[in-house]
Amino acid sequence: MTTEASRGAEAPPELVQLLTPEGERVEHPDYDIDLTPEDIRSLYRDLVLVRRIDLEAVALQRQGELGIWASLLGQEAAQIGSGRALTDVDMAFPTYREHGVAWCRDVDPVKLLGLFRGVNHGGWDPKEHNFHLYTIVIGSQTLHAVGYAMGIQRDDASAATIAYFGDGATSQGDVNESFIWASVFNAPIVFFCQNNQWAISEPLEKQSRIPLYRRASGFGFPGIRVDGNDVFACLAVTRKALEAARTGQGPTLIEAFTYRMGAHTTTDDPTRYRVASELEAWKLKDPIERVKAYLFKNEQADQAFFDAVDGEAAQLGADLRRRCLAMPDPEPLAIFDHVYSESHALMDQERAQFAAYLEGFAK
Amino acid sequence: MAQLTYREAVARGIAQEMNRDERVVLIGEDIAGAGGVFKTTVGLLEQFGPRRVLDTPISEQAILGAAMGAAMTGLRPIAEIMFSDFFAVCWDIVVNQMAKTRYMTNGQVSIPLVVKSGNGGGLRFGAQHSQSIENWAMAVPGLKVVTPSCPEDVVGLMAAAVRSDDPVLFFEHKGLYASRGEVPDGPIEDVLGKAKIRRSGEHATIAALGMMVPRAVEAAERLAAQGISCEVIDVRSLIPLDAQTILDSVGRTGRLFTVEENPRALGWGAEIASIVGDEGFWDLDGPIVRITTPHVPLPSADSLEDLVIPSVDRIVAEVEKAMQA
Ligand SMILES: Cc1ncc(C[n+]2csc(CCOP(=O)(O)OP(=O)(O)O)c2C)c(N)n1
Ligand SMILES: [Mg+2]
Repeated sequence: MTTEASRGAEAPPELVQLLTPEGERVEHPDYDIDLTPEDIRSLYRDLVLVRRIDLEAVALQRQGELGIWASLLGQEAAQIGSGRALTDVDMAFPTYREHGVAWCRDVDPVKLLGLFRGVNHGGWDPKEHNFHLYTIVIGSQTLHAVGYAMGIQRDDASAATIAYFGDGATSQGDVNESFIWASVFNAPIVFFCQNNQWAISEPLEKQSRIPLYRRASGFGFPGIRVDGNDVFACLAVTRKALEAARTGQGPTLIEAFTYRMGAHTTTDDPTRYRVASELEAWKLKDPIERVKAYLFKNEQADQAFFDAVDGEAAQLGADLRRRCLAMPDPEPLAIFDHVYSESHALMDQERAQFAAYLEGFAK
Repeated sequence: MAQLTYREAVARGIAQEMNRDERVVLIGEDIAGAGGVFKTTVGLLEQFGPRRVLDTPISEQAILGAAMGAAMTGLRPIAEIMFSDFFAVCWDIVVNQMAKTRYMTNGQVSIPLVVKSGNGGGLRFGAQHSQSIENWAMAVPGLKVVTPSCPEDVVGLMAAAVRSDDPVLFFEHKGLYASRGEVPDGPIEDVLGKAKIRRSGEHATIAALGMMVPRAVEAAERLAAQGISCEVIDVRSLIPLDAQTILDSVGRTGRLFTVEENPRALGWGAEIASIVGDEGFWDLDGPIVRITTPHVPLPSADSLEDLVIPSVDRIVAEVEKAMQA
């Protein structure tokens, strides 16, 4: 592509990495992290369990039990690393793919399925979990997140906000405007971009000529690229950025460099537009295998531990499936609930009409 | 004659116009290599190449803003907004820019632009990916608004839209993409602003749009078995609006029903009811009945989505009730 020539004029992108794909621990001058063996085992467990939740959801969709599902496969480390960096009072604004972050926010996984099974609009209370509903209109949530950050900036200095979005979303006006606002108001926010290289069928080249993290400098705040398949690095980088936000140093853009291993959603067929070799190359950078290798090599976990996590995952999957199938259909007249804070004549009239219409079937 | 799906007809219509006029270009998200997320543009990249079929960044404002600018250079762009709900992301360009440019330049600058979009519900896409927004568009002077209900009309109305010197919002119904119909071979031309009678009848007129058309036809078949003979009119184009075909029909039947997928308040049927109340009042033998989605956001729950969008059952029930009253 012609863009290669213009890119060549710039320094190559830097990538924060603390754990190599082979499971070797590496040091970084700016981002170190102290993790106990217990912490690492816990991260490993998170990674395995969210992959299992995701696999179960894909299977449920394939069997016709969900309408659609957006898989997080390959992005577990980016989501668990950043999600575990959050404190209870921090607020997260997700896209539709943040099942791993939802896990970190203690959202019951079955609640993620309601929307995709077609029984509700997303069954969790965003306030209870400090985790907003999934946003599917690309980019909108970044603006909500900035506003939220500006709100808490006024009354609670100990909290920060994180906005999740994809590489494709960076082409939206919303996202660019949210960068400007965050910068000008010095809002306590972290922009967490999972660059999974694809926006449905469009490769990153369709969205940007420069590495995404470098966009931040034009808006006046730091940008950093992290190995999105390295859970240690994602945790360290996000923690530091959240801390900066909390202590009045304003926003940071984190570009988690990762890969969407699956289809965009279950309705998409990526073989139409991308080559298999790309997938093969990324398989070698698997976010879970490297943690496992590290734990093994450093004798911080034994086979019994890995077996136990696998057993827990299998049980979680089975339980999720059972509870998914048991989700009830809503009551028909629920369509009129919560449209407005209080009823009004048109609403009352239509509710009565529908009640009468439904009554007709009972006869 | 070929049997085409509605989605294949979209590609056929675009190809017909791209072959006819090299100024026609197609831009949007995932429309090139992927052939569109609804597979309405399959094969166009292969046929016309990347200079005329362009994947863009995910920036709806820029897609329409740039399409508008390109139209000023003499190109005749077809731009895709993937889900019509996303018109809300770029509504400034639609309402304040493309709709008003001819007017504000005293007719010096025309914007020959088609914006095609997947519209409507019934596919379990939830409140923000299922709306029927043709009535938003109908409220904006300067725009033309069409919604084909069958493959042949898709091709013909696409051709008419591309040839129009005004911006046209071309609403494809997502729920119809898989439906099939006969499409004559060779180039097809149609006109904007002409309704079509899909089924003749004597006792009542049912005006419907998009996916409501096949439902109204099916309801009419069932009502016929009960001795209620309905004429079904496919409105096809909201601006320009062919009120005359509806008025003539009401003149014969004396009753009018509208079947609208949009939420009730200010749906296009309200405009038609007003026109018929005004110009066809003395032909009416009873109140005009609007069958619509209630004034609620579209539910995500499958069962509730099916309940709110007018179904064949509900059309039959409403017409029966009104005709017996
Ligand atoms: C405003 C808007 N435009 C287009 C879409 C359709 N769409 C859904 S996902 C998607 C790609 C998003 O890519 P990216 O931001 O990289 O996130 P990823 O899916 O890779 O996680 C598109 C174009 C949408 N939902 N909203
Ligand atoms: Mg992406």
